[in-house]
Amino acid sequence: MKKLFFGVLAALTFAAGGTFAGTLDDVKARGNLLCGVSTGAPGFATVDDSGKDVGFDVDYCRALAAAVFGDPMAVKFVGLTSAVRFTALAAGEVDILARNTTWTYSRDTDLKQTFLGVNYYDGQGFMVKKELGVKSTTELDGATVCIQVGTTTELNLADYFKENGMSYEPVPTADNAESQQQYLAGACDTYTTDASALHGTRVNLENPDDHLVLPEIISKEPLGPLVRHGDDNWADIGRWVLNALVIAEEKGITKANIDSWKDTKDAEIHRLLGTGDDDILAMVGLPKNAMYNAIKAGGNYGEIFENNLGATSGINIERGVNASWTKGGILYSPPFR
Amino acid sequence: MTKIAFVREKEIPPSAPPITEVGIIGWLSQNLFSSWLNSILTVLSVYFIVIMLWDFIPWAYGGHWNTKSLRECLDLDPDVACFSVLAARWKQLLFGLYPSEEYWRPTLTFIFLLLAAVPILFPKFFRFFWFSIIYPGLAVWLLWGGSFWSISIVYIGLTVGTLLFLSLIRRYLKNYIIAAILAFFFTAVFFLFIYNPLVVLLNGILPISLPFVESLKMGGFTLSLIVGVTGIVASFPIGILLALGRQSNLPVIKMICVGFIEFIRGVPLITLLFVASVLLNYFLPPGTNFDIVLRVVIMVTLFSAAYMAEVIRGGLAGLPLGQHEASASLGLTYWQSQRLIIMPQALKISIPGIVNTFIGLFKDTTLVSIISLRDPVGLASTIRADQKWNGIYWELYVAIGLMFFIFCWGMSQYSQYLERKLKTDK
Repeated sequence: MKKLFFGVLAALTFAAGGTFAGTLDDVKARGNLLCGVSTGAPGFATVDDSGKDVGFDVDYCRALAAAVFGDPMAVKFVGLTSAVRFTALAAGEVDILARNTTWTYSRDTDLKQTFLGVNYYDGQGFMVKKELGVKSTTELDGATVCIQVGTTTELNLADYFKENGMSYEPVPTADNAESQQQYLAGACDTYTTDASALHGTRVNLENPDDHLVLPEIISKEPLGPLVRHGDDNWADIGRWVLNALVIAEEKGITKANIDSWKDTKDAEIHRLLGTGDDDILAMVGLPKNAMYNAIKAGGNYGEIFENNLGATSGINIERGVNASWTKGGILYSPPFR
Repeated sequence: MTKIAFVREKEIPPSAPPITEVGIIGWLSQNLFSSWLNSILTVLSVYFIVIMLWDFIPWAYGGHWNTKSLRECLDLDPDVACFSVLAARWKQLLFGLYPSEEYWRPTLTFIFLLLAAVPILFPKFFRFFWFSIIYPGLAVWLLWGGSFWSISIVYIGLTVGTLLFLSLIRRYLKNYIIAAILAFFFTAVFFLFIYNPLVVLLNGILPISLPFVESLKMGGFTLSLIVGVTGIVASFPIGILLALGRQSNLPVIKMICVGFIEFIRGVPLITLLFVASVLLNYFLPPGTNFDIVLRVVIMVTLFSAAYMAEVIRGGLAGLPLGQHEASASLGLTYWQSQRLIIMPQALKISIPGIVNTFIGLFKDTTLVSIISLRDPVGLASTIRADQKWNGIYWELYVAIGLMFFIFCWGMSQYSQYLERKLKTDK
């Protein structure tokens, strides 16, 4: 309560220009993790009917909290719009940003952030009505396209059609909601945005089977969590929690069977779950069983995917490139040793 | 010559007025079909109203309320509304992410808000004005929780400061400025040195506290009302001071007020909100926790105070100069004449403009969704991000629009009541 009244006072009396101590120490001292997520991105982050935070990015942060504290609930979710997400991270309002954010060169370098990896390979796709008879984006020559103005999707669209020597007629819209309405009203033949959003939208159309998300993905949108520049240890922790979830899927470790690996001959599993002799997690300041807790929180990468984006969630996105490399995808974690 | 004289002995009963002048037909011909232009407009309006209601009424009336998801609604009947989203989420639309076991707190705060507004709005109940004074502290304590004492001691500090100020100018000094500085100094000392130990002491003796709820959890109409009502209440006195300052003869005060008003009016509210949300974080030292709701409330207040100042200046300009001169000739001081002569008249003239600004401010609170706060509009997109409700638009926005309409219409009705009562146009 005092906080509210003396925020101003405190702001004035604190010496300006202090530096960040280690983020891990800050987080431990605070007793919870501050995780920046989207205020609402289907499958990635939202609140359910009972007010609980749910989503793919939310589950990653729960895993991270479990790794640090052993408690997946020791995390506060700060909903951030795309307009304020990077400044919120830079200003220290959140410890980590897991907000379906595309990893790009300038965001990595110019904005002084460290991307920890890719937790979802997204890309721009197209939705068409089946009655149009189009099976591939290469057949879209001359189509009218509903496109959100001022986004990277608009630029990708122009590039793609130019490359393939096709023409299109844009129908500009303000956001995904408007695109969808225009498309359903027949103002455009196809509408384009990130494929994950197209799938989520399609499922809840009046007749989902009348619509088709075309198989081609015309841009790379690797989404991943990120932290501020300047604290490599914290970045390592975030990166390896993500990797641990991927390795767990690769090795077949699930939330349900995680306790049954004590007798395995696989040394990497022992290192990962902290059941072996060497305690390599001490190097980053985490307890020996940190990754065990992280996987236990929401399951491995595959389980988190299924619950939030896959069949269980109702969005029905197929794994595609987001499958483990052992199953034909491009998800590949460096070895845990 | 026969004398022809006829004097009617009984009055002829008045014949019924022409059918075109009374009754339904009369009303229609006077109000809706008085000229060919009006007739065309009437027919067109009726036509548009009918085609809108033709679609809307079956859509709304047959709406689903009990389904579990939008998919279920669509499978049942895709042509009617899916109000189930409101059934599932109405609590969030009202209270945001406030913990559900504490819902009574915002509810009570809202009831108290209505009670606290009564003495201000209706002079008959002015003797309960003390409740309006304690209300802000009570509301803060109820909404955010924490120790009861940390709020009440703030009140005690401010009360003692005010009493000190008043007694200084009544008894010892005639100079407002010195009295104000002394009172301010005392209050500052109180808050810097006495406040904390006192709160700790009282907490030790009699701990009264509510579970703390952080601003992150505030949302829905609770948030709209927090921002809107605080902005309205705080911007009014600041606006008056700015308006007076702008007309002041003291160049420094005048320059500050003009600069402030023109600067604030020169930038969009969303810019100020971005400053509150984003830029302040760069200026403040890392780790400083300057509450986001407080930041937003301050910005919204400053914004609407600048507009308020201009509205009131309009009222001041509407007064004949003779009023100032007359009050001066009666020997009233500046503040006395403002309080007794100028302001009552100037504010009366400005009522429509003032309420206009209030309504605008209340609706502007929806802009906070852009800086991540979960007001009803922001919540609408959060709700849509749940796959169960992905793709639902009309139902949410109709409900949110209706809620805002109730509040804004209420304000507008009150202002018309006030105008009738004060008869401003006579």
